[in-house]
Amino acid sequence: MHTKTLAQLSKGLRAREFSSVELVRGFLDRIDAHQPVLNAMITVLREPALAAAQAADRELAAGRGGPLAGLPIVHKDLFCTEGVLTTCGSHMLDNFVSPYDATVVAKLKSAGAITLAKSNMDEFAMGSSNETSYFGPVRNPWNTDLVPGGSSGGSAAAVAARLIPAATATDTGGSIRQPAALCGVTGVKPTYGRVSRYGMIAFASSLDQGGVIAATAEDAALILREMSGFDANDSTSVDMPVPDYLAGLDAPLAGLKIGLLKEFFDKGLDAESEKRIREALAIYERLGATLREVSLPNLPLSVPAYYVVAPAECSSNLARFDGVRFGHRAKDPRDLMDLYKRSRGEGFGAEVKRRIMTGTYVLSAGYYDAYYLKAQKVRQLISADFKRAFSEVDVLMGPTTPTPAFAIGAKTSDPITMYLNDIYTIGANLAGLPAMSIPCGFAQGLPVGLQIVGPHFSEGKLLNAAHVFQRETDWHTKVPEEFK
Amino acid sequence: MTWETVIGLEIHAQLATRSKIFSGSPTAYGAPPNAQANLVDLGYPGVLPVLNGDAVRMAVKFGLAIGARVAPHSVFARKNYFYPDLPKGYQISQYELPIVAGGSIDIVLDDGTKKRVGVTRAHLEEDAGKSLHEGLPGVTGIDLNRAGTPLVEIVSEPDMRSAKEAIAYMKKVHTLVRYLEICDGNMQEGSFRCDANVSVRRQGTEKFGTRAEIKNLNSFRFVEKAINYEVARQIDLLESGGKVHQETRLYDPDKGETRPMRSKEEANDYRYFPDPDLLPVELDDKFVESVRGTLPELPDQKAVRFSSEYGLSPYDAGVLTASRELADYYEAVTRDVPKEPKLAANWVMGELAAALNKDGLEIDAGKLPASGLAGLLKRIADQTISGKIAKEVFEAMWASGTSADAIIEEKGLKQITDTSAIEKAIDEVMAKNPGQLADFRAGKDKLFGFFVGQVMKATGGKANPAQLNELLKKKLPG
Repeated sequence: MHTKTLAQLSKGLRAREFSSVELVRGFLDRIDAHQPVLNAMITVLREPALAAAQAADRELAAGRGGPLAGLPIVHKDLFCTEGVLTTCGSHMLDNFVSPYDATVVAKLKSAGAITLAKSNMDEFAMGSSNETSYFGPVRNPWNTDLVPGGSSGGSAAAVAARLIPAATATDTGGSIRQPAALCGVTGVKPTYGRVSRYGMIAFASSLDQGGVIAATAEDAALILREMSGFDANDSTSVDMPVPDYLAGLDAPLAGLKIGLLKEFFDKGLDAESEKRIREALAIYERLGATLREVSLPNLPLSVPAYYVVAPAECSSNLARFDGVRFGHRAKDPRDLMDLYKRSRGEGFGAEVKRRIMTGTYVLSAGYYDAYYLKAQKVRQLISADFKRAFSEVDVLMGPTTPTPAFAIGAKTSDPITMYLNDIYTIGANLAGLPAMSIPCGFAQGLPVGLQIVGPHFSEGKLLNAAHVFQRETDWHTKVPEEFK
Repeated sequence: MTWETVIGLEIHAQLATRSKIFSGSPTAYGAPPNAQANLVDLGYPGVLPVLNGDAVRMAVKFGLAIGARVAPHSVFARKNYFYPDLPKGYQISQYELPIVAGGSIDIVLDDGTKKRVGVTRAHLEEDAGKSLHEGLPGVTGIDLNRAGTPLVEIVSEPDMRSAKEAIAYMKKVHTLVRYLEICDGNMQEGSFRCDANVSVRRQGTEKFGTRAEIKNLNSFRFVEKAINYEVARQIDLLESGGKVHQETRLYDPDKGETRPMRSKEEANDYRYFPDPDLLPVELDDKFVESVRGTLPELPDQKAVRFSSEYGLSPYDAGVLTASRELADYYEAVTRDVPKEPKLAANWVMGELAAALNKDGLEIDAGKLPASGLAGLLKRIADQTISGKIAKEVFEAMWASGTSADAIIEEKGLKQITDTSAIEKAIDEVMAKNPGQLADFRAGKDKLFGFFVGQVMKATGGKANPAQLNELLKKKLPG
């Protein structure tokens, strides 16, 4: 059952081939069985999930139930879930039971989806390897000595190992696409404003965007259709109707103009990975698409710009974790300053502290213009580059990451090397563009991700391009041997 | 050596919206601690602010009332600092791009001259909560009911040259925000408060002296006292060879002095940056004009109209328009007694104001409705009673709440206007006082007053004074 796609499972449930309780129990058992090795989850919700499955079965038997009725999912542990621990992968929140549901959680719940667990993640979504989690690293199902990528490493690893058919995730600088690529699954980061950020614990507000990781583009479309849409509680969410992403999946790709990002095929790109990407592009050509090289001259500045803007926003967003109202509180504080210093000192891990310090620095009097303002200008230049490119092509394609998955511990001592792992993904965040990663083969026996970036609100087009590719290939059906 | 005082004020006016500026919590004063703080006010993980449109409308209304420019594009920024009453660790305010910029407010000084005070900017921001210490030994409580209450911060130019000017300006702003119905002006509850930037410089020099900022002054009296203390302190310092330090000071009303809170060196670096959770506020002409359509007649316009329409002096017009309630009351009285606007002004500003003041009541408390006072003035106008008797009637009205007519009737205070009745009384007084009559007729003119008094006494004060004069002039000479 676990190798079926979400779409197939939904049909099976409707046809009463199996019950939601059977389905949920099956995935819960897989989660439990592989937790000791993969460490993909922070909290497992066995009893509530089974109770919800029973209720879903009643609905389904009565011919009712929402579009996702009875289907199991997991939420990245930065989506607030009412009455459930929501840790953000941090000691700071390891006692935080959210009193409310994030909009994404509420929407998926009302569509009928059942939450089985909260997935592991880099602390406060800061990391590219899932090694900064207070709850320990997640391991890559393709090779458990390797990282799954981050920050949505738990969600990606869980889908790759078929512990769950689909998972929510978030992407601030590549945190959906990069782990999706490293784990060989499909990940979608929607347009900034497409999915509500309400109840999604903020890292960098102007870059954060919720999205989905699933085995296939079709499954991703199914989830994305339900989680998207305007939310009056999020001023940055966009009031535009959500198209039926499923309806356009099979549209022919003849005439699709694909831009190849010159800057992505640089010397940092692993040769074997590049081969897989070129092969994927050849398939698109065969499907009737045309390829042309496109240059975004300011794109190489995306990493430095990102590492000014994101820490700046995080330094302010994380100020609320002060030990006063919720979260970790230092024992027996001498005075207010001691309470602040020790609660934050004990509650946050090293990477989070590094970014808070960087962000505080770049916003300080005398440095603001040189760093923050300049980074914002670079951001505008990058947006303009993309805009120009999309006046010539429909979508941009290239690698999601420079290399396949790397070893746990390999990059932890040098933050810059770690940061460069997001070199191909950050641009879409800075420009607020939708982007996805789909599996397109293997290099050194590890999955390679093809990245597709489109203009604002072109999720339908991206999913269409991905789905047609997945009709032609079977990379997305590959599951590591131990998890078959 | 003479010194010149330079003052600029930052006034915080709490906007009279029903809910908070970025959340749906109510803003009513006096609820139990934290009863009016929801997850957004508490700064919970994941929550986001949503701007209250009413707060924007009110700020725009203020901007239009002071002839300022309403920004078509303004931006909320985060002011970052740690404090327990600031749940998010930052205050959402406006920094580089405020919603209102460049207006002015006219004040009238003691000698009657007008002065124009520039308003640099007015911006929207959220209030913080407060710390509680009372009844909590060993710990500090936090009440976040006030957190997120909308404020408009009105920043003046350093245009004021004395505490008196500062008070006149502050009172004028107070009048204005209440006219506009954007702030209840309640200073005890902290709805209207100010920070004063005070410096001194040698008379004739252009360069400003180093300033001190006195925080959180919540009464006109404190503002005056704090500024005067601070000016004297700075002059003393400079004259004894010292230097004024740029610092934040607090006024202690018990000791009547200001003392340092924190110096510039210790000051926070607030690391302002645009709040990425909120879109810039974009206002088009249509919106601004729709707000302009809701502007009431403003105090200055009303005072000019009172002068021309009712023939009042600029001073009287100014007093009567100092609050919208007072002006409305006055106009209600004049509607009932249209021929006596001056009489109405004298009574509203005189007897009525004194009585209200004595009982500590506001004009709109309903103690004496405008129709009641008009009822009394009608009887003065139609000569039923004299002005003197009217004061007696007013006192009885104030005490009993009954109408002027009822009191005049009950106490028999109706004025005697019957010529024959007055003549009869005069005749009796003349008969009783033959000696005084003889002296008067011998040339002692001063005794005229004696006879007026005697007749008034005999009629219980009710004789019509004008008629009495006339008749005495005829009868006394014989």
